[in-house]
Amino acid sequence: MRHHLILRVITKLLVGAMMLFAFYVQFHGDYSPGGGFQAGVIMAVAFIIYGIVFDLDHVQRVLPPWIAHKMLAIGVLLYSGTGIVSFFQGLNFLDYTAFSPHHPVHGQHYGIFAVELGVGITVTGVMVSIYYAFAGRTSEIRDEDW
Amino acid sequence: MIDLFTLNFILGHINYWLFIVLMMTGLYIVISKGNLVKKIVGLNIFQSSVFMFYISMGKVSGGTAPIFPLDMKIDSTTTYSNPLPHVLILTAIVVGISTTSLALALTVRIREAYGTIEEDDLVSIELELSTEELSAEHALTNGRKA
Amino acid sequence: METFINIILFTLLVVTAIAVTRTHGLFGVAMLSGVFSLLSALLLVTLDAVDVAFTEAAVGAGISTVLMLSALSLTSRHEKESSRSNVVPLLVVMCTGILLFYGTLDMPNFGEEGSPAQNHVSKAYIERSPSEIGVPNIVTAILASYRGYDTMGETAVVFTAGVGVLLLLSGLQRRRRKEYKKSGKL
Repeated sequence: MRHHLILRVITKLLVGAMMLFAFYVQFHGDYSPGGGFQAGVIMAVAFIIYGIVFDLDHVQRVLPPWIAHKMLAIGVLLYSGTGIVSFFQGLNFLDYTAFSPHHPVHGQHYGIFAVELGVGITVTGVMVSIYYAFAGRTSEIRDEDW
Repeated sequence: MIDLFTLNFILGHINYWLFIVLMMTGLYIVISKGNLVKKIVGLNIFQSSVFMFYISMGKVSGGTAPIFPLDMKIDSTTTYSNPLPHVLILTAIVVGISTTSLALALTVRIREAYGTIEEDDLVSIELELSTEELSAEHALTNGRKA
Repeated sequence: METFINIILFTLLVVTAIAVTRTHGLFGVAMLSGVFSLLSALLLVTLDAVDVAFTEAAVGAGISTVLMLSALSLTSRHEKESSRSNVVPLLVVMCTGILLFYGTLDMPNFGEEGSPAQNHVSKAYIERSPSEIGVPNIVTAILASYRGYDTMGETAVVFTAGVGVLLLLSGLQRRRRKEYKKSGKL
């Protein structure tokens, strides 16, 4: 896509804003529509659009495949780890009171934060690595072919 | 039976009926089309219609989106739509895209192994392969006897 | 008014779905499925499901179209005419549709306040979440706290699907490299 000047310039402008929006959706999910699932998808879209407009190699220099593959597992581990923390306080699995025993509502806030972060990391990892897997097989397509 | 169909009843149920039409369109694509990618799109339509149905059940007329005001001063006269179906469907959408990509990955592998993604061609290739195998086996046993 | 917007959007959805069955170019099918997702996101907003609409717009119109197109570039771009007749599938679809239609006759009206779906656990969620969770967005409160197990399972499913795709599609480069090495040695 070397000669698509408009696409290249706009993408460069938008990728940063998209990532920022993903973080907003991630951490503001308690107060407005959004949460880990949506934020993960938007974050992945930022990487994917960069990969489409520039090149797969360029985006893989920013987020190498091995990091994306590790992100899959880290998110799930963060989620289940949040549940296991409450065992140490003698509470049930995923009982967020453990994070702040004297003020359960605060504990809920911390717990939801951690859990949503886990979801976000997994979803980003999955979507990006699926894109890498598909795009890694495709040979370069010329514009006339479409 | 006829007096069941008042205007009120029809307006109250037309959503469900349209959802049935949508679902049946998806089912029709899945069972009548031979192209694997199109089958996957059909499954997606089928899935979306179920999502719509769930969300329709959670709607309360005159209600609003299930988000409290930021200052948490809750007006007891406000009615909120049912948040439970929203939660179930939100996660289902993300799981749906992951399974769709798995299906697409399988399609890509099928194309690489057989050179086609049409069901008719796949069946005939499979048939040819199995008859070849059978005749080879046959020749082997006959040779042993002789 | 709300009902009419609903019905119009729903009809547009049905039209898009029927257009998918009639289109033979798979590129067009991928685009139509993107249109379908955007329309359903609009419909979800009118049904008060803002969180779901958000997800659908990001996932359906964004990622799924990209994945569909990249799969198309690896397979083929045109559908071949199927040799089978359409009569049996139509008959099956009609019968199932009529049965489902019969099933809806007992259902409560759309948007009715006292319907069974509104009365049990979800009422308790709305009433109790301000004091127990203290998070304005009830959907987040249910998703991450009341039904934390459920969401953990869903995350695990997403993880598993991702691993499945990686197993199916990557590893080609490594295999090629190995084969190259082998052929070089021989």
